[in-house]
Amino acid sequence: MALLELRNLTRRFGNLTAIDNVSLSVEAGEFFTLLGPSGCGKTTILRMIAGFDLPDGGEILLDGKDIAATPPEKRPLHTVFQSYALFPHLSVADNVAFPLRMSKVSEQETRQRVKEMLETVHLADKSDAFPHELSGGQKQRVALARGLVNKPRLLLLDEPLGALDHKLREEMQIELINLQRNVGVTFVFVTHSQPEALALSHRIAVMNEGRVEQMDSPANIYSRPSNRFVADFIGDINMMNAQIDVVDGMQLRLSVAGLGAIVAPAHIETSTGQAGAFAIRPEQVVIGAPDEHAELANRFSGTLRDFLYVGDVTTYKVEVTNGTLIQALLPNAAPGKARFFELGDKVTVAWSSESGMFLHE
Amino acid sequence: MNRERITRWLVSGPPFVFMVVFFVLPALIMVVASFRFPGEHGGLAPMFENGTWQFTLETYQFFFSDFIYTEIFLKSFLIAGLTTVICIAMAYPVALLITRVPKRFRDVMILLVVLPFASNFLIRVYAWMIILGPQSAFSIAINSVVTAFGFEPVTLLFSPFAVIVGMVYVHLPFMVLPLYTNLEKHDPILLDAAQDLGANAWKRFWKVTWPLSLPGVYAGSALVFIPVLGMFAVPDILGGTGDILIGNLIKEQFLGTRDWPFGSMLSIMLTLAVLAIAALAMRFSRKSLSYA
Ligand SMILES: Nc1ncnc2c1ncn2[C@@H]1O[C@H](COP(=O)(O)OP(=O)(O)OP(=O)(O)O)[C@@H](O)[C@H]1O
Ligand SMILES: [Mg+2]
Repeated sequence: MALLELRNLTRRFGNLTAIDNVSLSVEAGEFFTLLGPSGCGKTTILRMIAGFDLPDGGEILLDGKDIAATPPEKRPLHTVFQSYALFPHLSVADNVAFPLRMSKVSEQETRQRVKEMLETVHLADKSDAFPHELSGGQKQRVALARGLVNKPRLLLLDEPLGALDHKLREEMQIELINLQRNVGVTFVFVTHSQPEALALSHRIAVMNEGRVEQMDSPANIYSRPSNRFVADFIGDINMMNAQIDVVDGMQLRLSVAGLGAIVAPAHIETSTGQAGAFAIRPEQVVIGAPDEHAELANRFSGTLRDFLYVGDVTTYKVEVTNGTLIQALLPNAAPGKARFFELGDKVTVAWSSESGMFLHE
Repeated sequence: MNRERITRWLVSGPPFVFMVVFFVLPALIMVVASFRFPGEHGGLAPMFENGTWQFTLETYQFFFSDFIYTEIFLKSFLIAGLTTVICIAMAYPVALLITRVPKRFRDVMILLVVLPFASNFLIRVYAWMIILGPQSAFSIAINSVVTAFGFEPVTLLFSPFAVIVGMVYVHLPFMVLPLYTNLEKHDPILLDAAQDLGANAWKRFWKVTWPLSLPGVYAGSALVFIPVLGMFAVPDILGGTGDILIGNLIKEQFLGTRDWPFGSMLSIMLTLAVLAIAALAMRFSRKSLSYA
């Protein structure tokens, strides 16, 4: 049985349906992420799970039991707020001890568990400090320690790394993964950053306008997006309107207006004549001189219009015959070879018949 | 370096002069007056007469020779303390309510809190004379309950009770305003966090709202406690003959018996007592306020 299950959850604010018939389940021990653009309803879902907001329809089951009637303070789960919400009048140790004192754990055990928890988050030396004396990353760790110290069934994290700078954010991501693995608490994590979701999660639910668009492992979300929204939202992708000419077993022949035919793998339900989009990741596209890459099934000539050198890789933008800019990403493995081509060069972009995908509208 | 020093003096000079002229000098005049002899027809006797300085410890000896003065001090502090506690208890829910209503009602409610200041202080206190008087509906209602239980009817007016009612009534806004200013700044997410971590409404108040509001409570208490100690109009109007407080005593020395040295001594004792209490309170509260 799933630890947490949402069944047909719906929440309306006036005319706006903020959460539209969302169903999902989270297994015990899982690192589950709700990913979606700003305003898609991530916080609203967390607030309903925590009990601060009530659904207009549907059920929230914890261990198979509906928790609609349970007030927030009685739910066996905690929230890590984006703004940390540390108690400014309490020391770090007293902040972390708060949930233990609320559940009447003995003072001796409280002290012991606070000490262990602070060691786990590398803050043992800060236990007497007050929140205003801490850095952002330290506050973040206190908030995590406070949420985890009495071993809740579930920890809800609402963009907990949102307020940290890039470097600290990456450090905290690694700590978060380790922490979750060590304490074994189930995480429901909210973010609008797709690299963060891909890096941290066991499973991701991609949300848009109050609905779940796709729920799957990071690898599948990235390589097998189920629709245009997911493909576009997760990572960079080239996308062109396309129509299915022939369905041939596991292969599709597509036609793209002004460009020609494309051979692509079929991994979703399709039939001849359907219109949709052909999508391919930049790292699956190779770039070469006009006569290169003759072995690849999909090959188009174009003009190099733009490139972006970012150190480890270079992204090239090639304009093909129908005016579309196709991005190709090349690792700069050999030093000094950052620029293979000059702007305006005639080049070839190509990819194999196993790469790319057809997406429905 | 030199420039810096000049700037510093220019900036701190005027407030410094102000403090000296309007605070230190008057206080010194009062200290000196407390060691002088009263004049034959009231006021002060000359300081230098018959070739000697005329100073005495008489007023201080007199103060400690009769327990009645210490008693009046203690009673005044008791009434001030009670008034402060009652004001906290009554102002807190009001201040909390104002922070919880929609923004557009808040200004109206604040206005209602300070509205009594628009009418004369004495008139408002006299109004309580009528409310607490033996013929008032309030008195009659209370006494019908009291006699129903078999007790003697009570007189509300001219009693310590009436004094406290008047004191609380007059000073309540001075507690509501600093409390509201403080409570309004609390981040509501802290209450969500506390609830999320297992705190029920009672615990949320005592573990989060109350400790965070202590600076407001202290500020309001100072604004109530100290003025109550000096207040003479309320005991004059609502209190009985036995309900003399320090304020009445001091006023009497200057406007009644015209014993200025004794009045000055009483003022100094009052100031010292208030400073001692403030020092104690600060010591006691420093720890809990270190985050602020
Ligand atoms: N209390 C409310 N009253 C009215 N509308 C609300 C309320 N709370 C949320 N909404 C609306 O519901 C939608 C979803 O909001 P929500 O806060 O869940 O988004 P989110 O996915 O958390 O976004 P972000 O990434 O910006 O935090 C938004 O359009 C928001 O304006
Ligand atoms: Mg949000």
